[in-house]
Amino acid sequence: MSRETEAVMTEQIDITAIEEIIEPYIKKKEMVIPVLQKVQEHFGYLPRPAIEEVSRLMRIPLSRLYGVATFYAQFKMKPRGKYIIRVCKGTACHIQGSPKIAERIEETLGIQSGETTDDLRFTLEEVACIGACALAPVIMINDDPHGRLTPDKIKSILDSYK
Amino acid sequence: MYEKHLMICGATGCLSSGSQAVEEALIKELKKHKIKDKFRLVMGGCPGFCEVGPIIVVYPDEVFYCRLKPKHMAEVVEKHLLEGEIVEHLLYKGPDTEAPARFFDTIPFYAKQKFNVLRNSGIIDPESIDEYIMRGGYRAFSRALAMEPAEICEEVKSAGLRGRGGAGFSTGLKWEFTLNASGQKKYVVCNADEGDPGAFMDRSILEGDPHAILEGMLICARATGANEGYVYCRAEYPLAIKRLKIAIDKAEEYGLLGEKILGYDFNFKINIKEGAGAFVCGEETALLASIEGKRGMPRPRPPFPAQSGLFGKPTTINNVETLANIPLIVKEGGAAEFASVGTEGSKGTKVFALAGKIRNTGLCEVPMGITVREIIYDVGGGIKGGRKFKAVQAGGPSGGCIPAEQLDLPIDYDSLNKAGAIMGSGGLVVMDERTCMVDLARYFLSFTQKESCGKCTPCREGTKRMLEILNRITEGEGKLKDLDVLDSMAYSIKDSSLCGLGQTCPNPVLSTIRYFRNEYEEHITDKFCRAGVCKPLFNYRIDADKCTGCTVCAKACPVNAISGEKKKPHEINLDLCTNCGNCIEKCRFDSIIIEPVGREADVSN
Repeated sequence: MSRETEAVMTEQIDITAIEEIIEPYIKKKEMVIPVLQKVQEHFGYLPRPAIEEVSRLMRIPLSRLYGVATFYAQFKMKPRGKYIIRVCKGTACHIQGSPKIAERIEETLGIQSGETTDDLRFTLEEVACIGACALAPVIMINDDPHGRLTPDKIKSILDSYK
Repeated sequence: MYEKHLMICGATGCLSSGSQAVEEALIKELKKHKIKDKFRLVMGGCPGFCEVGPIIVVYPDEVFYCRLKPKHMAEVVEKHLLEGEIVEHLLYKGPDTEAPARFFDTIPFYAKQKFNVLRNSGIIDPESIDEYIMRGGYRAFSRALAMEPAEICEEVKSAGLRGRGGAGFSTGLKWEFTLNASGQKKYVVCNADEGDPGAFMDRSILEGDPHAILEGMLICARATGANEGYVYCRAEYPLAIKRLKIAIDKAEEYGLLGEKILGYDFNFKINIKEGAGAFVCGEETALLASIEGKRGMPRPRPPFPAQSGLFGKPTTINNVETLANIPLIVKEGGAAEFASVGTEGSKGTKVFALAGKIRNTGLCEVPMGITVREIIYDVGGGIKGGRKFKAVQAGGPSGGCIPAEQLDLPIDYDSLNKAGAIMGSGGLVVMDERTCMVDLARYFLSFTQKESCGKCTPCREGTKRMLEILNRITEGEGKLKDLDVLDSMAYSIKDSSLCGLGQTCPNPVLSTIRYFRNEYEEHITDKFCRAGVCKPLFNYRIDADKCTGCTVCAKACPVNAISGEKKKPHEINLDLCTNCGNCIEKCRFDSIIIEPVGREADVSN
């Protein structure tokens, strides 16, 4: 495990950036969701020390922040990989075989949905619908959509993300 | 001056078909011939025909090139742009056309469509406010500025516009409620939390014509007395958010948003709020909670948002497509023109997202009252691979299915309700004989179960129990009594849930039981899934009469369960087979059969 990975795993993170992130929102309690989105963008997930810092700076109880963070699927409480694979679980994708696509990715990477590979390269997630139904089944890897998939195509697609 | 404009579809669908690489290749070719300045390239909105993407439309010639690859760009540049000759083999060809279709309007997919909401998509550069204005944009708004608020509400009412996001409530009436509510501070909210899996028209409108939404919101604000607006957009739509932001900046720069707009005593600003991935936030009260920075949980109504909405102030919430219709209605003579299309109770056009096992997937806009058959066979080009049509799911997880017997059903709010489906946002997912209706019901319920916010018991617990039963049926452990239990639970959940999510989530179960009871019974009593979806309930077998021994299936099998000599019928070893379905997908001779488990044994007895 690299030193970087270890730091992430033990949540030894540098929270000094948070003050700057929060600056424009400091007195706007209704901006909790955008704040958490920005914090997550910075760290890749929501580390506990970071949420504690948000709570302190915005004067919002930690319990409320956790309430919001755990309600929305977008917020992740665990470290995530460099590449986020989102398997679309929309209706069109489902009937065009997205379960088989998910299965193949799970086999290839040896992780289940919601998990991250040990080298922090990939995180596998499900998403309700990407809105590219016409090209079902679809996955997104970070911001790139990949459509009209068959299980055979998975390996070469994953290999192209180093 | 440009000689020609080339619109490259830059919407999510074509991007995933590779339109970015096509654009890069095109730029390279233009540079090679040193003619880049003569032609204008726009990575624009969506012409709707995702199936044949990536697409480039060349204007003013209106030539529609499709299924493009980077390697084709040399030809397009050398032949078409330099010599004015159309590249025949890149035009649309389909089983429904005799000759390659040269122009936009000769392609059958577009023949029955009527573009209102999608009027600018794929035609203008979505990042240019000038192009929107040149197409008549913001004229309806400047007309509205000179009108009395009540007059605007009256016009929208007389047009007969009903909300395009779900229940189909009269938009004009909704506006009137907010107008009549007391209070200085009022809000307009655009619901762009398009959560229905299988619908993507809102994404396409936001990506292709964002100013239409801003104009709709401005008119709504003028009509209801609001001075601040929010667009609540899914975070899953990054491109839509980017385009909206550009549009808002431009509108501010042009003085169309801000203070004292166009010299009138009217102020309005628009904020964007990104959703964070919760389906229930499409429900209006949950959406408002989410904008306020809370958990997105619904609350009982009344009070309705028109009285007490965002931060407790009167609020109008409209869906993206509804707002995109507004400039057309409020323009001079627009209300009558709008009302001249459609049926008695459902006026105007509706955008549908065609997906699933249909040949022409994509977005289409058709007049209300068109039949299911026309959409599926004329616009959609029929079923993929020549299989048999089974049903179409309308309205996503809140809707229901329309079976083959009802193909001539006219599509409008009321007939869909009668048939047990709903208009919803307009997602149409087409299913063929290889779709299992029990699995479909289970899929939708597992979706709503996951998305249930947990606030009220009927939805939180009820969906869980129903899902357990459906899981059991798809695993071959169902009992006939289950169908009655499902039915009675469905009605209890519908009657007693707090919000629209709970009240409609049993619909897919009810409608599949209503039209496909035999499939449920077959799963329960015969332990057979004839669609070949529920893995424990079928086996594959190779029909020796049809198998040509081409070995394609054997190569596709991941567990080496298929054996046989070249050019001789193959066999499947059922002990090894995992029912993954690779073989049946690959077989070109229809020689792989789905049959009940244990049939072989029965025969030998």
